[in-house]
Amino acid sequence: MKVRKEYLEALEKLKTDVLTMGELAKIAAKNAIDALVNHDKELAARLLEENSVIDRMEFEIENQCMKLLALQQPMAIDLRTIGTCMKIITDFDRISDLAGDIAVIVLKIAGEPYAKPLIDIPRISEISQGMIADCLEAFASHRIEKLEDFSARDDLVDGLVGQIQRELLAIMIENPRVITSASHLLYIALYQERIADHACNIASRIIYMVTGERRKLE
Amino acid sequence: MGWGGESREEMSKIETRGLNVYYGAVHALKEVTMKIDANKITALIGPSGCGKTTFLRALNRMNELRGAQTNGKVLIDGINIYNVEVDVIQLRKKIGMVFQQPNPFPMSIYDNVAYGPRLHGQRNSTLDEIVEVSLKKAALWDEIKERLYENALGFSGGQQQRLCIARALAVNPDIILFDEPCSALDPVSTARIEELLTELKRDYTIVIVTHNMQQAARVSDCTAFFLMGELIEYDKTSKIFERPKDRRTEDYITGRFG
Repeated sequence: MKVRKEYLEALEKLKTDVLTMGELAKIAAKNAIDALVNHDKELAARLLEENSVIDRMEFEIENQCMKLLALQQPMAIDLRTIGTCMKIITDFDRISDLAGDIAVIVLKIAGEPYAKPLIDIPRISEISQGMIADCLEAFASHRIEKLEDFSARDDLVDGLVGQIQRELLAIMIENPRVITSASHLLYIALYQERIADHACNIASRIIYMVTGERRKLE
Repeated sequence: MGWGGESREEMSKIETRGLNVYYGAVHALKEVTMKIDANKITALIGPSGCGKTTFLRALNRMNELRGAQTNGKVLIDGINIYNVEVDVIQLRKKIGMVFQQPNPFPMSIYDNVAYGPRLHGQRNSTLDEIVEVSLKKAALWDEIKERLYENALGFSGGQQQRLCIARALAVNPDIILFDEPCSALDPVSTARIEELLTELKRDYTIVIVTHNMQQAARVSDCTAFFLMGELIEYDKTSKIFERPKDRRTEDYITGRFG
């Protein structure tokens, strides 16, 4: 006999909505860097518009969580799932905000030559998008193997950001006229680093959801 | 403790070893081995017929009154209460019990509380104090101190239940067993009893059977999940409700059981 049909359906809807929100955040992160690489102001502007959808989703999902907590007294895996959803939607929202911050910079600097060719920034973007994708997959499948090396991937991102920082500083010292454009790129690198940090937060929440163990990935 | 019995074994407030209970051909409790700590609230949960009430009643030999056969050990302070030398009257004095339906005797509040002490030979001169202390411990005194000689049956369900707790406390037990003490009460009375339970655990060891999982989660320190006569999982309450180990526990507490 199937019991608590409505409850289980509400839980399923919650998970689907969180996955959708995560997918949108991942796309925003990707689009931000695509817009940068291709000098695509249109894409950057669209990204900023679409971010309001993600903002609304965060409220809406939080609402679903509160309702389930108040009305259904979830326990064990259900409780951990809802707790995880409430936490990770904030990370997804922050990721899309950071993508938005990058888009704002793109609107300012696209069309002009950048202070340096983009090599590492797209690499970081690829790594952090991979991390978000693995989070979404683990959230859906409850298989956490792909989250195990997140600390190493985050270290890789941090290393690349450090490298970009040093390079840009050298460029700025050499040629003070590019300070404005170089510092824009520096911001973008730092935003990318934070996106990877949020992916780590999400991963450690999903590990908790699946195993009940609290583990910090950083 | 005063009921005789074999030499003390390794101490836990309550410990069962390979406990089995049969009602005729029905094997109601299967090989339950479990330690219960002093001054803790231990909740027993599980679906109807899982054996949780049978387990509770095995702790003060109440199952015998229903003609059950018991084997295995129940050690209280290290003494097996199923030994032939054990004085069951003394045992039940040490282990109080509160039931689902408030069941005060049809007499005054005072006489209800004094009933047990009188039966155990307490002199009238000390009864006033026992009655007052017991009613205070049961968080009932302030409400009824002016009405001590009124018939207990005229009070509300929540007050009657607290009276039953006071009655259990009056004979100075070590352990109190609660068999769904709130299932007949409204939410406010339930909250008062729950608050009282957490007060009482300072002085007593409490074991409570409850159908209300939120209640188990709210009041207990440890929770035991029973299913079809077996003890499936027993752990700290926070662990049971946040990350149970056994799939069957998880299915039950998440309501996927059916």
